Amino acid sequence: MDAQILDQFRAIVGRGLISEPSQLHTYECDGLTNFRVMPLAVLLPKSTEEVQAIVRICNREKIPFVARGSGTGLSGGALPVENGVVISLARMNRILEVDLPNARVVAEPGVINAEVTARVAPHGYFYAPDPSSQSVCSIGGNVAENSGGAHCLKYGFTTTHVLALEVVLPDGSLVHLGSRAVDRPGYDLPGIFVGSEGTLGIATKVALRIVKKPEVIQTLLAAFNSTNEAGAAVSGIIGAGMLPAAIEMMDNLSIQAAEASVHAGYPNCGGLLLVELDGPAAEVEHLMEQVGEICTQCGAWEIRVAQTEAERAVVWKGRKAAFAAMGRISPNYIVQDGVIPRTALPKVLSEIERMSAEQGLKVANVFHAGDGNLHPLVLYDGRIPGQEQRAMELSINILRLCVKCGGSITGEHGVGEEKKMMMSEMFAEPDLETMQLVRCAFDPQQLSNPGKVFPRTRLCAERTGPYQPHPLEVAGVAQFF
Amino acid sequence: MGTHSSSGTSLAGIETAWADLRNIVGAEHMRAATVEDSVDGVQPQMVIEPADADEIARVLKTATDAGLQVIPRGSGTKIEWGNPPRAAQLVLSTRRLNRMVEHAWGDMTATVGAGCTVRELQQTLAEHGQRLALDPLWPDRATIGGILASNDSGPLRFRFGSLRDLIIGITLALPDGTLAKSGGKVVKNVAGYDLPKLATGSLGTLGIITQAIFRLHPIPRENRTLSFSAQNAAAMNAFVLAILDSKLVPTGLQVRAGDSPGPEIDIRFEGTAAGCDAQAEQVARLASGLTAIPPPAEVWNARATLWNGTEPSVVCKFTLLPAILAGFLDRVREVTGHLSWKLVGQALGVGLLRMEGSDNSVLLRALLDLRQSPEKNGGSLAVLRCPREIKSQMDVWGSPGDALSLMRSIKSQFDPTRTLNPGRFIGGI
Repeated sequence: MDAQILDQFRAIVGRGLISEPSQLHTYECDGLTNFRVMPLAVLLPKSTEEVQAIVRICNREKIPFVARGSGTGLSGGALPVENGVVISLARMNRILEVDLPNARVVAEPGVINAEVTARVAPHGYFYAPDPSSQSVCSIGGNVAENSGGAHCLKYGFTTTHVLALEVVLPDGSLVHLGSRAVDRPGYDLPGIFVGSEGTLGIATKVALRIVKKPEVIQTLLAAFNSTNEAGAAVSGIIGAGMLPAAIEMMDNLSIQAAEASVHAGYPNCGGLLLVELDGPAAEVEHLMEQVGEICTQCGAWEIRVAQTEAERAVVWKGRKAAFAAMGRISPNYIVQDGVIPRTALPKVLSEIERMSAEQGLKVANVFHAGDGNLHPLVLYDGRIPGQEQRAMELSINILRLCVKCGGSITGEHGVGEEKKMMMSEMFAEPDLETMQLVRCAFDPQQLSNPGKVFPRTRLCAERTGPYQPHPLEVAGVAQFF
Repeated sequence: MGTHSSSGTSLAGIETAWADLRNIVGAEHMRAATVEDSVDGVQPQMVIEPADADEIARVLKTATDAGLQVIPRGSGTKIEWGNPPRAAQLVLSTRRLNRMVEHAWGDMTATVGAGCTVRELQQTLAEHGQRLALDPLWPDRATIGGILASNDSGPLRFRFGSLRDLIIGITLALPDGTLAKSGGKVVKNVAGYDLPKLATGSLGTLGIITQAIFRLHPIPRENRTLSFSAQNAAAMNAFVLAILDSKLVPTGLQVRAGDSPGPEIDIRFEGTAAGCDAQAEQVARLASGLTAIPPPAEVWNARATLWNGTEPSVVCKFTLLPAILAGFLDRVREVTGHLSWKLVGQALGVGLLRMEGSDNSVLLRALLDLRQSPEKNGGSLAVLRCPREIKSQMDVWGSPGDALSLMRSIKSQFDPTRTLNPGRFIGGI
């Protein structure tokens, strides 16, 4: 990188500039480690003003930038781009305001998800989005990815809980999106910004909604002989008009992995269901009985109900550790994040089984069963030539299957670098072109996390309309495929 | 070139455009507009009723190419909301897109045409014990497209959120004739930008919604409503904050107030009988100092009563942080002076206020004055209905803040020719 520009960056962030190749390695990938790109530099600003100053230089020099939180993303969203810089928000990690009467918290983007709950828990509140990485992932990263978690079936996603944002736009200007009260007149800018995977700018402050802790929480664990039986119980619970806080399912392979890793004490069964109900005590007790009956009718042969915080923690431990636990039973694995309409579950699972046998690779299944969010884990051994390639093909084919069943390629991990080519399988060209109109409004120069989310970049014109060749195409500088 | 209309389209060009439009939808689905079709005194020339999304897209493209300005309309219940249009030649009605496309009751989702009324949708969903957990104004007439464009929501949002939290997929027809889908049929989905949210509340200025997909909720087994009367606004607010800070889970928490004494509060529980009863008992304990009253008839539809009364009137939507509800009520009382007024608010900080008075300048002053305190505290006050004279003197939406240029950029990307509802949205978008 040009020494003069480096000096300018250093003048802004001082020691918060990393440009030594040995130190840059830390930032060459996020939680999806099979994609790696070395950034030119990493900047660690401490304030909104510093972020603005950095972005202004990037804009002036046409340097692409990638914002990064804790780097736990699983789709390569925080993967650096060639000849670009990484702006890490890790040092902007203060909770700026806790407003209990209005149930609002204002946080900087580097605040860790679980810290928000920790701060308000003494007052009986919690921050609802709970991705499995919540002890390390950041609010800024959650905003970028619209993170979910096991409890979003009832409580919604990050977008449900973000009311307002302070954002540095890709030209360095500062804007305020949304408001601390609901329904700010105008376009729903927080709605479009949350989940935009860092392509529309950098959030520097986030106003969050917190939620009162329910009176009681009970978690039922039920063991079935198969995932089909467990799936039937899920349908029965939803069909009975209940909206549990969470419904999670694990198959035998993922149970084995969880047992090997954290000894959660799960029964060794073909399909395990975790059902969490929360709310007023009288309501939960009544409904939990009904959940138990439904599970028994569907073939559950062991049912436990965790009632205390400690018992619940044990029940959840195995589920939350499920991804990492795969390391115990397989040298390598790919995590996928497809979503299907819940009723397609039996069909999709048997199809995954068939595909997995065909490729000679094992697939462990962990899912948020209530909302149809599958996390198939494709297991492979990278040392065996060809296995990684086959595993990737299998995982892509699983996503194709999800789309074919009317679902989505991603429920909470984001498209990022990993699945951008899959977007064309889910959306038609006009759909993708229309989405990118938003990109053109926020970031016409396409400097903010360029090349992610979309399979092709739309060149931003001043006006839209029927297809006309872009001047760059006419000049032979760029082409659309 | 011949004579030009105000929009810059030649009269001959307009005649050709009308003929082209008639060809797309069939002559029986296009008619001359009457005074009933005017929007804030702006008189369109034609009303067109396309049969489906493809026809809407073709109509829009034809209108855009001919330089016509288009007013999208469902059943027109909220057509008065917004600033007056800068121009309007064509009213595009979505009423023929009134089909319930799919109720995937096992998956608790529904796909519905923009012209379907809320009541028709709810009736179909109820056959499988489900509902769209939303209670907008005038459900027997309001269409899905209309409530989405205007982002209307009622007391149920206290528990289930507003439309942005319920919509999971959308099809939009853009002014250039593009038909674009976003979102999908699953509740959990982060693939691509969230255009369903962008379109919700955009007052038809970005594209015409042709179809929407929603997540559904079960119809509750039981419900209980309790109502209380408070001595003053402070006592009301204290009770509301106590409920918010409790472990109760109401599906409605509503405040009613007016120039008659004492605000009243309604609280509703839904779920199992045992759950409702237990919570109702807890409410009674929190309500010391308040007087229990029988819930008025149709209490959860109280918002609708604010649209009837003596004219001229203004009706506005306010948003504010729940803790300053009492301060706002006191301010309303001060500002309105001799005006007659009535307010129905949801405790999460959104509501409607009606003021009646024959002097427009008094009403305008009251509005501008009242707008200050919510806007200073992260809220807003948008005027939904008012005499035309008042409309011409203010942006009904209030201050757009520093994101206005960003909103304008979005508008110019989606609708560069400003075909759709020109001028009606915030900041003259």
